[in-house]
Parts: sequence; C-alpha cells; structure tokens
Amino acid sequence: MTVADVLLLALGTVAVGSGALVVTSAHLVRSGLYLVVSLGAIAGLYLVLGAELVAWVQVLVYVGAVVVLLLFAVMLTRAPIGPSADLDRPALPAVLIGGGLGAGLAVLFADAFRWVRYPEADPGTAERVGEQIFGAWVLPFEVISILLLSALVGAIVLSRPDVGARPTPEA
Amino acid sequence: MHVVIPYVVAALLFGLGVYGVLRRRNAILVLMAVELMLNAVNLILVTADVSLRSALTGVAVESWARPGAAVPGTGGVLALFVIVLAAAEVGVGLAIVLQFYRMRKAVVVDDVRLDGDEERVAG
Repeated sequence: MTVADVLLLALGTVAVGSGALVVTSAHLVRSGLYLVVSLGAIAGLYLVLGAELVAWVQVLVYVGAVVVLLLFAVMLTRAPIGPSADLDRPALPAVLIGGGLGAGLAVLFADAFRWVRYPEADPGTAERVGEQIFGAWVLPFEVISILLLSALVGAIVLSRPDVGARPTPEA
Repeated sequence: MHVVIPYVVAALLFGLGVYGVLRRRNAILVLMAVELMLNAVNLILVTADVSLRSALTGVAVESWARPGAAVPGTGGVLALFVIVLAAAEVGVGLAIVLQFYRMRKAVVVDDVRLDGDEERVAG
C-alpha cells in the first residue's frame, strides 16, 4: 500500500458511497448535491492517476456546469423541497440488473488486473494533451465541435414554443 | 499503485448508474444516473491510459499492450471527448425534459406515451 493506493481507496470509497446516495436519496435536490461530491471525488481520482487536465475539466464542466444545469431543471420543474414518495419504481429488477452488472464487471476487472503493482503515473501536462488533440485526434476534435453546434441548435429549437409548432385549428 | 482499485470503483459506479436508470421515475434523476455511468466510463479510460502504457512488469505482455506502442495521454483525450459529449447530452436532454414538463406538468418517465400523438396541449 503506497500513498497513491490509500488516496485511490479513500477517493473511490467517497465516489461510490455518494453515488449510491445519488440513486437512493428521496430528496431531488440532495441527489444533485451528492452528485457533486461523487464527481469531485472522481476528479481527485483523475489527479492521482496523472490526468491533470482531465481532472480540472471535470471540475469545470461537470461540477461547474452540468450539475448546475441539473439543479436548474429541478427548480424549473417545481420539484418539492422535502422528500418525495413517488420517485422510485419497484426495486427488484433494478437491483438484479444493476447489482449483477456492477458485481460482474468488478469481478472481471479484479480477475484481469489482480493485485499487481504498476509504476506511478507521471503527471500529464496540458502541453502533452494539446499535442495529442491537435496531432492524432484533430479530426474527431473538429467533428465534436460540429456536434456541439448541432446540440446547441437542437436545444434552442426544442425549447422555443414558436418554432415548429403546429397551427392550432381555431386560431 | 494498484490500478485494480480505480477499475473496481468504475465498475461499481457503472452498476449504480444502471440501477438508478432502472429504478428512478423522475426524468432528471434518470439523467443524473446516466452521468454516473458516463463518469465510470471516463474513469476506465483514464485508468487504462496508466495501466496499459506502463511497463507491465510481472504480467505477460499482450500483443495490444506493448509498452511504447500506445502513445501516452490517449485515454485522457478520449475522456475529454466523452466529457464534451456528456455536456451536449445533458443540454439536449434537459431541453426535452423541460418541454415535456411545459406540455404535461410532469417529469415522470412512465407517463410518456410512445404510441401515436394524443391531444396536444398548447405550450
């Protein structure tokens, strides 16, 4: 057990624990706040694994933007502040499929990688990631920019009631 | 470091995400569970970047895992791409959820009718 192992274990426990609270909490807003904790712990895992830029992008995009957007939607749909009773379906199929999938994948990974010690990750720099993106991955990068643009246009079209609305019969 | 720890964490997070998608009825909570699954995939990508580019001492070297063959940092680049896709997905998904709420005053996934178009409520 090295320092990196202890950090990975602690952050992983936090991520899985708050992730479990995200999918079991009866409060809508608390689910979103537990999601912040889980995503932050995953950002810490990225830091320990040497992917520094990915960690900061995770904090910026996920914790900063995506969770705020989700909480914004929770508020806009007039979610109750207290606990809600009707959030869940019957548990048995979800427990069977989700638990089976999680446990199966965990056993698969544990069997594939065993308790083998790997050399510490060298901290990646933004410079190296930039060389990668604009070298080998420049075509997917451009395609993703087009996809972001179309998602933006799609979201605007979806949320404007006057675009693509059918004319009402009795005008 | 032992890379099995983040791999197992990612597997458990993915299982939790699947559980949340199947269990929750509120569309926003379903989106949160989808975020958990995407983060599990990202964690696997970043961990694979570490474990496959290292020298793999004590392990029989697979043909696809030659040290030096994979350029370091590829997993991080793919994780960045997945983060961008997740941001776009949340934007469009929340637009759909809010539009559905505006039409029906509900965010419950079970109420969505998939067959035919019923009477349209003026938005």
